Formats: sequence, C-alpha cells, structure tokens
Amino acid sequence: MVNALEAIHIKKVYGDYTALNDVSISVPKGSVYGLLGPNGAGKTSLIRIINQITMPDEGKILLNGEQLKPNHIEDIGYMPEERGLYKSMKVGEQCIYLARLKGLSRAEAKDRLTYWFDRLGIEGWWNKKLEELSKGMAQKVQFIVTVMHEPSLLIFDEPFSGFDPVNANLIKDEILKLRDDGATIIFSTHRMESVEEMCDHIALINKSNLVLQGKLSDVKQRYRDRKYAVSLICQNNDMAFQQIPIEFNAQPIVLSGLDNTLDVQIQIPTHIDVPSALNRLTQLGELTHFSEVIPSVNDIFIQTVQHNG
Amino acid sequence: MDKLWLIIKREYLNKVRNRTFIIMTFVSPLIFIGVALLIGWLTSINSDTSRKIAILDQTEDSYISLFDSNKRNEYIKLNGISKEAAITASKEADYYGLILIEAQKGQLANLSFYSDDSPSQGFLQSIEDKINKEATVNNLKDAGIDINEINRRKVTKEIQIQNFTGEKTSKMSGWVKIAAGGIAGYLLMMFIIIYGNMVMRSVIEEKTNRIIEIIVSSVKPIYLMIGKITGTSLAGITQFIIWVIVGFILMIVATTFFGVDAFSTPANADMLAQAQDPNKFQLITNDIAQLPILKILICFFIYFMGGYFLYASIYTAIGAAVDNETDTQQFMLPVILPLMLAIYVGFFSVMDNPHGTVAVIFSYIPLTSPIVMLMRIPFGEIAWWEIALSMLLLYISIIGVAMLAAKIYRIGILMYGKKTNWKELYKWLRY
Repeated sequence: MVNALEAIHIKKVYGDYTALNDVSISVPKGSVYGLLGPNGAGKTSLIRIINQITMPDEGKILLNGEQLKPNHIEDIGYMPEERGLYKSMKVGEQCIYLARLKGLSRAEAKDRLTYWFDRLGIEGWWNKKLEELSKGMAQKVQFIVTVMHEPSLLIFDEPFSGFDPVNANLIKDEILKLRDDGATIIFSTHRMESVEEMCDHIALINKSNLVLQGKLSDVKQRYRDRKYAVSLICQNNDMAFQQIPIEFNAQPIVLSGLDNTLDVQIQIPTHIDVPSALNRLTQLGELTHFSEVIPSVNDIFIQTVQHNG
Repeated sequence: MDKLWLIIKREYLNKVRNRTFIIMTFVSPLIFIGVALLIGWLTSINSDTSRKIAILDQTEDSYISLFDSNKRNEYIKLNGISKEAAITASKEADYYGLILIEAQKGQLANLSFYSDDSPSQGFLQSIEDKINKEATVNNLKDAGIDINEINRRKVTKEIQIQNFTGEKTSKMSGWVKIAAGGIAGYLLMMFIIIYGNMVMRSVIEEKTNRIIEIIVSSVKPIYLMIGKITGTSLAGITQFIIWVIVGFILMIVATTFFGVDAFSTPANADMLAQAQDPNKFQLITNDIAQLPILKILICFFIYFMGGYFLYASIYTAIGAAVDNETDTQQFMLPVILPLMLAIYVGFFSVMDNPHGTVAVIFSYIPLTSPIVMLMRIPFGEIAWWEIALSMLLLYISIIGVAMLAAKIYRIGILMYGKKTNWKELYKWLRY
C-alpha cells in the first residue's frame, strides 16, 4: 500500500545549525501519526518542509507516492502551533479568503463553511470580527480553516494547546472522524496522553535526528523490559524485604495497609523465565497481583531522549 | 495568478475599509484647507491693526510731510522737542517706533529708527527710500540741476529672456521649472514614506497575528509580498485621487463662500503682483505650456512606480525582520537617508545647475534617481538615453532588491521573538 506521506533522507541546514539530519519517515494512509520530540528537535522544520513553506537542502517528500508539487498544498491542511487569523477581519469573509487561497471557489467555500459553522455551533459569528471572539471560539474557526478544503493529509501542530477540556475533546472527536472518513493525520505534540489515546504510529525526533519510528504497539513491544507489578501478602516481612531487591532488581519496596501487603515493581533478570520467577515469588508470600508493566509513550520518550542526550 | 489577484484584492479592501484610512482620506483635505484659511485669515487681521509711529524731524527740509498715515501705519509728528524727549515720549505712549531725522547745520545728517520690536526689512527700506529720494532731489536742486531732465534721460530697460529658438520666457521661468520638479519629487517622497510604512505595518501585523504561517502554507511568500505591495499602492493611489478631488472642490467652495484667497499671503504677494501684470502672466502661462508636459507625466509615472516598488520592497523586508514597530528604528536610516539626500540634491544641486556633475550622478543612482531625475526633467535638454539608462538601472535594481527582500521576508516572517540586527539579516541572505 502506498504511504500517504513519505519523507526520504531530509536534511535542512540553517547557517551552521542543522535542523534536520537525514530524517526519513513513512506515514501510512489512514493513520494518526504522532510526531514527537522535545522543543527544538526539528519537528516544526519538518512540518514546514512538508507544507512547502521551506525547501529541504537534501532529500525529497512524496505525497501519495508523487513527488511534492506546488499544487499539493491544496491537498494538505495545516494548523500551525502559532495560531493566528486576521484580527480585524470578519470571520466569514476571512474563512472564504483562506479557502480560496486553498483553491476553493467562493460558492464551494460558502457551502462547506456553513456546514462546519453549524457543526461546531458558531453559526452566529459569521459577521463578527475575529477580535470579538473568545479564545476557544477563535480556535474553532482555526480548526475549520484547516479542514474545510477536505485535504487528504492533515497536519496539526500541538492541536490541543489553548483549548479547554470540553473543546479539546470535541476537536479530538472531529479529528478521529476525519481519519475514519479517509484522511491521514500527522500530529505533533508534547502531550503524551493524547498520543497514547489517538496515535497508531509514532516517530520520535531528537536533536535533528530520527531516533524512533513505527507502529505504536510495535514500539511498545520493543520497549518491554521484563518489568512487572507485584503485590504480596508476606508472613515474613524481613526476608521479603531482603530477597526481592537482590533477586529482582526491584524498586524501593512499599508496605501498604495493615495486612502486610507489599507493592513492588520488579524486573525479572534475563536468566530467569517468568514461570520460575512466579514460583519464587509465591515462596516469599501470598501473591495477590502480578502483571506486566507496558512502557507508556511518556516512558519511552523520556528514556530515548535521555539515552540520546 | 488567481491567488495573487485574491491577495491584492484583500490587501486593497482591507486598507480602504480601515476606519483610520477613511478618516485620514476625508479629513486631511479639510485640515489642509482649514489651515490655509486660518493663515489667510490671520494675515488679514494682522495687516488690519495699525501701528503708531512717531517722527521727529530736526532738519529744515520738512521730510515729515513725506509720511502720510495710512491703514497700516499712523504717523505722529513731533515738533520742537529734543531727541531724548522724543524717545521718552514715544516709549511712554507705547508707540511702535520712532523715526529720528537728525540734522547738522540744518541738513540731513543721520537717520535712525527706535523700536523695541524688530521692524521688517521692507518697512525700513521704504523709510530710507522716501527720505533719500527727497534728499537727493533737494541736493540736485541746490546744485542747480534739473531733476526732470535727469528723469527724462534715465534709461530703464528690462532684460528680455529668450531661448535660441526665439521663444520668449519670463524671469519667472526658472521658478516654474523648480516648482514642477519640486512638486513631483516631493510628492514621490511623501508617497514612498506614507505607503511604504503602511506596507511595513501590514507585514508586522501578519507576523504578530501569527496568520502568516497559514497564508504561506497556501501561497508562495513572494506572491504575498508582491500582492501586499501592489494592494497598498492601489489604496494609496485611491487616497491621492480622493485628496485631489476633495481638495479641489473644497478650494472652490472656500474661495467662493468665504472670499478668502488662501494663497495670497503677503509672502507671495509680490509674485502675485508680478503675475497679475497681464504681460507677465501671459509669459508664465507660456512657461508652463513650454514645459515638456507629456514627457514629465510619462516619466513621473515610470519613476513613481519604480521608486515606490524599490522602497516598498525594503520596507517589506524590514517589517519581516522585526516583531513590532518599535524595533524598526535601527533599520529606518537606510530608507530615510537616500530619500532625504535625493530631496536635498534636488533642491540645492539641481536647482543650481540641472546638468552639473552631482545632479547627473544622483539621477543615475537607483535609490535617488526617481526624485532627482524627476526634478531635472522640467529643465529640459536631458538626452533620451540618459533617462533610459537611469530607468534601466532603477528597474534592474528593483529586481535585485526585491529578490533580496523576498529572501529576508521568507525567513523573517517565520522568526518570532528574536531581536534581529544587521548581522542576522546578512546571515539570512546566505541561507
């Protein structure tokens, strides 16, 4: 299957600062693709290259298998991190202007805008100036401007910043609906919980380099490191306190409650298989909980960045 | 191309619909006419108040009779008192001044004017002239020479100015040319400053509104830049046309209803007096008709557009390089300096010698050529190739400057929160 977007060996240099160093990513069609990385890693540089705002020094971008061309911008919707619209221009007029810059005719623009304004409940604001709108309302307009030309690729840079929880949820649902309707979504963010919720693929960029890429489940699989959460009711506390850290490289042990329950996260050494470990634990006390700790995107992010740093 | 047109249209409508723009468009001519009327009115009251001036004549020839009170000056004739007494008396009575005609052996010896004010040169000259003329006549009479005989034989020919093809001009001809060139050059400078600033502000506005990234993800930055400059210039031309029309109407209304001729201030009353002399008026109209009007108009249009686009590109780059208007100061010098230089070269060098080296050189340098050449053209005798070369240089440098400006613009519009300096700009040019 052709990828919706492919960036191949992208390099971008500003003066003597390398913003992107040989970055290649593949965004499958119909996916929600999380582009992660600390501030200044090069995410925005990559997004600007995809939007043809800047040109790469080396490498190329393929959109639906075709080399990126000027008219492709009509097939991309981009919501930049730095949001903004003309403050003193009327909302409707402004949206029509931006839609026409994306290649829509006036009539088409008007139809689609009416649909979206109704859908997001801001139909009464057509003739208001943008400066009269609340921040949340302006964000909705911004969202509409991004999606109204029905592009096949949507790029959101920190889409939820500035939204209150209710509106953030609304926008999240709209984004997922667009994905279900066939659009591909690239999602650049620091908010790991939203990545966990929405993304099925991720890429991690750190210090201008791509350090990680793949299906979220595969990545997590790769980052499993034999960590387990364990709860034990112990008869002999002292022995458990001594033995678990030695044998299982455990985190500091916490004694909870009056019933001598030990809650601990252990890492099973590679020379011991899981059943043997379970056996050993039952010897130390009554096992009430045993489950694998799957690394969160947040863990993976921090671990990778620190490792590369 | 469609998108460029969309941008031009938006920029134009956005400027023209702006409240400040509308107010400025219609209020400016009112203010201008108001000030002109005010000046006219003030001068008319000024000349209405009469001044009291005392005269003490110590000679035997009664020079005193030369001074008749009129609307402006009321003469108080003092008699038989001493110089000191006259001074004290004038001071106490709060007179404007005292004319003291001192004598030696009954003859005119010394002429003084006492005043705490500073009397105008013209007024003093008129006193001197009156008395000297009378004294001369008296002297001649004493020496037995007939004054009428002298007057009859006096020759008073005025020099006639013609060019080699025999067309007559007046002595005012130089002034007509200076006025034509000066107005054109000055207009261009004003246009560049006003609308260049407007372009710059609109670039900064898009930057601070953060809409720029959305726009440049739809169109190429160069389109946005060209659209912005063009749209603003069209708005500017609209404003200029409205000013001219409104100004013209108001001027007619003002002169018919208030009966004040705003332009007849005493300062140019002399010129008007000359102009009212039917013969001379005829010559001045001739002078204006002899100006290469068509050539001036065509060149005006070409230099006007060229000069504006050249400077507007620079203004755009400045707007893109900064985050807010206060940061623009450090970059303004290279814009204002050549404009000022052009105007000064125009008013001093060109007026002095339109074909002198300085004037010629500056009419080739692209940053100054629009203004300087516009000022040279009314003086004529500029070879067509000179104008063509100067225009060619101008338009080539517009392309160069616009390309550099576009480079800075493309990078600058996406840079936030960074104080930009010259070094930084140079770096951007190399990206």
